[in-house]
Amino acid sequence: MTPANRSYAIQIALLAVIILVCVFPFYWMVTTSLKTQVVALQSPPVWTFQPTLDNYRVALFEDGVLRTLINSLVIAVCTTALALVLGVPAAFALARFDFRGKKDLWFWFITNRMVSPIVLALPFFLIARNFGMLDKHITLILIYLTFNLPIVIWIVTDQFRGIPYELDEAARMEGATQFTIMRKICLPLAMPGVAVSAIFSFIFSWNELMFGLVLTRSDARTAPAMAVSFMEGYNLPYGKIMATSTLIVIPVLIFALIASKQLVRGLTMGAVK
Amino acid sequence: MRDKTSGRTIFAFIGPSVIALALIGIAPLLYAAWTSLHFFNLTRLRQLRFVGLENYQTVLTDTAFWQAMGRTFFLLGTSLPLQLALGLGIALVLHQPGLTVVKTLCRLSLVLPMATTYAVVGLLGQVMFNQNFGVVNQLLGGADINWIGDPTNAFVMIIFWDVWQWTPFVALVLLAGLTMVPNEVEEAARLETKSWWVILRHVQLPFLVPGLVAVLILRTADTLKLFDMVFTLTRGGPGASTEFISLMIQRVGFRAFDQGLASAQAIILLAITIVLAQIYIRVFYKEV
Repeated sequence: MTPANRSYAIQIALLAVIILVCVFPFYWMVTTSLKTQVVALQSPPVWTFQPTLDNYRVALFEDGVLRTLINSLVIAVCTTALALVLGVPAAFALARFDFRGKKDLWFWFITNRMVSPIVLALPFFLIARNFGMLDKHITLILIYLTFNLPIVIWIVTDQFRGIPYELDEAARMEGATQFTIMRKICLPLAMPGVAVSAIFSFIFSWNELMFGLVLTRSDARTAPAMAVSFMEGYNLPYGKIMATSTLIVIPVLIFALIASKQLVRGLTMGAVK
Repeated sequence: MRDKTSGRTIFAFIGPSVIALALIGIAPLLYAAWTSLHFFNLTRLRQLRFVGLENYQTVLTDTAFWQAMGRTFFLLGTSLPLQLALGLGIALVLHQPGLTVVKTLCRLSLVLPMATTYAVVGLLGQVMFNQNFGVVNQLLGGADINWIGDPTNAFVMIIFWDVWQWTPFVALVLLAGLTMVPNEVEEAARLETKSWWVILRHVQLPFLVPGLVAVLILRTADTLKLFDMVFTLTRGGPGASTEFISLMIQRVGFRAFDQGLASAQAIILLAITIVLAQIYIRVFYKEV
């Protein structure tokens, strides 16, 4: 074997290990979701068995996971839409206008992204309780804005900054208002950033557990909170838990793969390009 | 370069989001500050009364609180070095030329753990680390390790999942840094020396520093935030062995119902986060 070939062989082996470690838990999740309870409780675990979709049927239609998935979907879509409506104009202002307090705004957005959700969950719970807002979709839609709005503003500000200012000036010569400039000229060019920020906002909202746990009971129960509630009792329904997990994880994985190129930039809030 | 836009126009653009964030992000914090100055127990609401800084005094002298804080930083101190070492290794392998298809595949697989719902990671932990029918004990050659019920093992398990989920993040951040090294510089260095360590230390490291700083600050913030995965996996147990700071505040506020004390703890946690955010903005947003 030539040294070059050997180096390739080592690289392939290392890459295979990395891929295997990343993917194996998902393989185990999906296969466990296809096992009956008897098969799932075999010791040591079995790798080949007769697969069944029974867990999915029971979880979705008898235990109400379908309803919690719909709740999660409604909440994630609404909060994302709201974050875009509020965040895109703000991003435009940050990219195009000079004003005092700009630095304080950034600082505030960053803090919002970094602060532990429990800090907000305590007072939000008391406030929601006083106003009869517990177990309502709108409560989660609003509170998720605390992390979605900063994400949208970041990514879209960055995108607006990349659009040549000359385009704005040309439009202003024609007498266009700032709002028209944003909507007709900059926004169409900023669509890739808007799409990526929407994906991020969706993923973060869909994945969230703590607020869902604290602020909902049944009507607005989100899917992750539902999956956790299966964990009570001694004999855990492993197949059903993994079926629910699979249903929760599939959409985010698809979105994450679509946005994979921008994922790092989004997670570091633009610090790493 | 750009002419003055009127304050009213600027406000029309930025006002709605600022007001929204003030209402949902700042008003609750003020309420938490108010709560923290009161005896506020959800099961004894009649006894609600102003107690001044008593809750803060209790927190600052509470060994359980500082143990939870210490545990949180101990987790950071053990999992972050692992993530950095493994992440750097992965980034260096992916940075090698050739094998484009396998490397693209590898990069895509790295995206998966980061995006996984934290609660699902915890559920996966329950299934895979089960003592009797978990696959981990099977892969360890039929070991009979009680992972979830033993304080030390439970902590090791939390480290494992934290490393599994966040090493890809570190790897991709560092890989982005490696690709910033100008090709000529790297090739010139490779003619000088064969040692990958010398190249890493003297050529690549300067380009990795911003990414490393970002990882350090964000992983610290995320560890202070850590809740979902641990809650589903161990609920902070056994005993208090995996009760990190966010879990502790949640327990005090929602399972011991002492909102006043929990709010004081939360405000202290917020103060730490603000310092971190300050550092982050100083480093990365100098010219906003």
